[in-house]
Amino acid sequence: MQLTVNGTAREVDVEPDTPLLWVIREELGLTGTKYACGVAACGACTVLVDGQPTRSCVTPAEGLEGAEIRTIEAVEETEIGRRVVEAWVEHQVPQCGYCQSGQVLAATALLSGTPNPTDAEIETAMSNLCRCGTYNRIRAAIHGAAEA
Amino acid sequence: MPLDTKSPARPVNLSRRGFLASGAALVLATALPLRPARGQQGEAPAVQTLLELRPDGTALLRSPFVEGGQGIFTAMVQIVAEELDLAPEAFTVEIAAPGAGAALTGGSASTRSSYDRMRQLGASARAMLMQAAANDWGVAVSELSTEPGAVLHDGSGRRAGYGELAAAAMDLEVPATVALRDPATFRWIGSPVPRIDVRDKSIGRAKYAIDAEVEGMLLAAVQHAPRLGLTPSGIVNRAEVEAMRGVHSVHLLDGAVAVVAERFWQARRAVEAAEVTWAEGTAEWPMPADFSSAGFRDALAGDTGEPVEVEARGDVAAALDAADTVIEAVYDAPFLVHGQMEPPSTIARFNDDGTLDLWLPNQSPAQFRAAAAEAAGIDPSQVRINSQTLGGFFGRHFLYRTANPFPQAIALARATGRPVKLIWTREEDFLRDAPRPLGVARFRGVVGPDGPVALEAVTIGEGPTQRWYGAPAGADVSAHEGISGKSYDIANTFVGQVPHANPAVVGYWRSVGHSMHDFMYEGFLDELAVSGGLDPYEMRLAMLAGNERLRTLLTRVGELSGGWRPGPFDAGDGTTRARGVAMASPFGSEVATIAEVSLDRGRVRVHDIWTAIDPGRIVNPAVIEAQVQSATALGVSQTLLEELVYENGEPTARNFDRYPFLAMYDMPEVHVAIIESGAEMGGVGEPGLPAVAPAIVNAVARLTGIRVRSLPLSRHDFG
Repeated sequence: MQLTVNGTAREVDVEPDTPLLWVIREELGLTGTKYACGVAACGACTVLVDGQPTRSCVTPAEGLEGAEIRTIEAVEETEIGRRVVEAWVEHQVPQCGYCQSGQVLAATALLSGTPNPTDAEIETAMSNLCRCGTYNRIRAAIHGAAEA
Repeated sequence: MPLDTKSPARPVNLSRRGFLASGAALVLATALPLRPARGQQGEAPAVQTLLELRPDGTALLRSPFVEGGQGIFTAMVQIVAEELDLAPEAFTVEIAAPGAGAALTGGSASTRSSYDRMRQLGASARAMLMQAAANDWGVAVSELSTEPGAVLHDGSGRRAGYGELAAAAMDLEVPATVALRDPATFRWIGSPVPRIDVRDKSIGRAKYAIDAEVEGMLLAAVQHAPRLGLTPSGIVNRAEVEAMRGVHSVHLLDGAVAVVAERFWQARRAVEAAEVTWAEGTAEWPMPADFSSAGFRDALAGDTGEPVEVEARGDVAAALDAADTVIEAVYDAPFLVHGQMEPPSTIARFNDDGTLDLWLPNQSPAQFRAAAAEAAGIDPSQVRINSQTLGGFFGRHFLYRTANPFPQAIALARATGRPVKLIWTREEDFLRDAPRPLGVARFRGVVGPDGPVALEAVTIGEGPTQRWYGAPAGADVSAHEGISGKSYDIANTFVGQVPHANPAVVGYWRSVGHSMHDFMYEGFLDELAVSGGLDPYEMRLAMLAGNERLRTLLTRVGELSGGWRPGPFDAGDGTTRARGVAMASPFGSEVATIAEVSLDRGRVRVHDIWTAIDPGRIVNPAVIEAQVQSATALGVSQTLLEELVYENGEPTARNFDRYPFLAMYDMPEVHVAIIESGAEMGGVGEPGLPAVAPAIVNAVARLTGIRVRSLPLSRHDFG
């Protein structure tokens, strides 16, 4: 099947029900998207599908032909993505960093639809888990990116 | 590589022309005199740290410690940079070279254990660069000075960058002694230098073990026996599994079935399709088929065996006998998984020369190397451990014989004749993690008009240091720290431990014994305060009479919170709130914490955590603040939510969906004050955690009158 990832059409030969996560990591070699739970509980595998934050670990590759898939490797190709990354650096958000690809993309999607989110809107949108507990910095960085 | 064992503080010049492909000019090595691992007897192995100065003026530091989010790479750079006089931005850091061995990363000990050597390393390199310039210019070294990255001669105005001098410096002797910088002139030590890895971690560029790849590798997944002690006797549908797409081979291992395939997803799908028959096998710690965490908690609470004395002062028995009222309580805390976000994995590759390369997450490469050599049946010198950045650790990646994937990866690489990357799914990680042990402690106490006059505390159980290093009861600090080691002045005290083996495979979890024992002790202390009609904050201050360090700390956290105010009070937003206070003395640092809570539809909501920490001396206040915030998050998480339940010998949760932990909506505001008292340097990665739980439960008791003696709070109904 053909998938459009980070603006490029890629031909992949996988079982149709293979989760997008493993297509991205193993077929396309893009390892910025992380496997952590595999059951859509944590959000480490978040990618953007037509701009929507999507838990790729439970999203079958079939049905995504024609969709625009964006991974962390291309986050800085959009203005909002660039601002989010800058804010992440400014606020020194990551610790171990493993969940942050998903956090950054979830934040980018949030700001794309809600340019100036309230704390409540941030808490609703940012359901990604972080075992290092960087939540307060994530919230501050999203506010920072919104103001930038 | 030879190291100067006679004068271990003096770095060794390892420079060789063409020594490294990078074109490094000056290479200095120093050996770290490591403290033994917890409970480990005798000398721990020395390890090397390398500093390479390159012709372009940049430096590469090979860290003996593993970076897993705690900021250790940044701290190492700050210390070396300070003495070398080279800006931190000019450094890159890698984990110490494979095979050279590296330190154990744990016990909140990395910075404090290496601080002096790292300063010496930087200062020695600077002295050699200055000597090279002096030789070149024909002037005395005493006439020279440095600015970041360059040597200066004031008299002539000459200036040479470190990169230009590095080649000449490599032929010089390392000076026997070097002067260290006056701490009053520090620029980077003590400053909030930005972390060096933050951008890469924000754009998906950081690489973890699970991302590593070697040529020709196959991918593997396993299905573990539901309990340790069972082993596969067969696979009913083996032919079907072997025929699944991408499957290379199917293997029966000790206590697990493995599928090796072209892709991990194929391996996982196939191994989960396998209908395995399990039979009784052998295991060092077989899990009883009827084991339950609830039953084990009751067994611990009911164990009235004779305690081994840990600490004693005065005459507790007499004080308890003489008292009209004795307060008694039993506290417990559950098993906890580490829940590091990166699942465990290992790549094993046997090389043509018989050596073995391993890429894996680990906190103690030397121990892993020895164990891997044993698993592979080769000499440790034939094993290279390629340590990787850790996607969280919290104690998960120590050597636990049944909890690390590498023996299986080694077996599969040998069986297939190919490099194999084995990933444990989250479900398999939950099943074989070495959880924080469930713990129980019994207390008896007497309180007088001025505070506690007697306190007897007995922990019942087994600590990870007994399990993994054979430390006997009493001497195993992990089984009582946080109940032992308190600084309060109580005339009659007894702390003891009743050893009681834990059928589960237990491990170290962030702040180890402190993660539960401070909850128990500080909770009971508040029970004594309530019984005696005393304010818990003022009572603690009084119990610290004469201890200026801790009185200062407790006073500081009171100020940080806007003045001690236990409540309950109306917060003005429709909530009624109360505050609790607690203290802890973990890993060489001192901590005081205040928590503010309310109830929201029967659930406890934590609004604010104020923590004052005194680590004695500091390297990076921004890293310390981040570590306290992180430790606070884990502390709140275990207080509110976390509990690994066993029934019928198996954990009832196998993934994050049935083992909830802290999400953003439950995260309190965290306020941190750092006190640099000048005492001996303590740790910063773990100390922020232990006082969080007791501060919260003490606040909850103040608010509701309900004294929680069993975590987590989600088990209790506050109506």
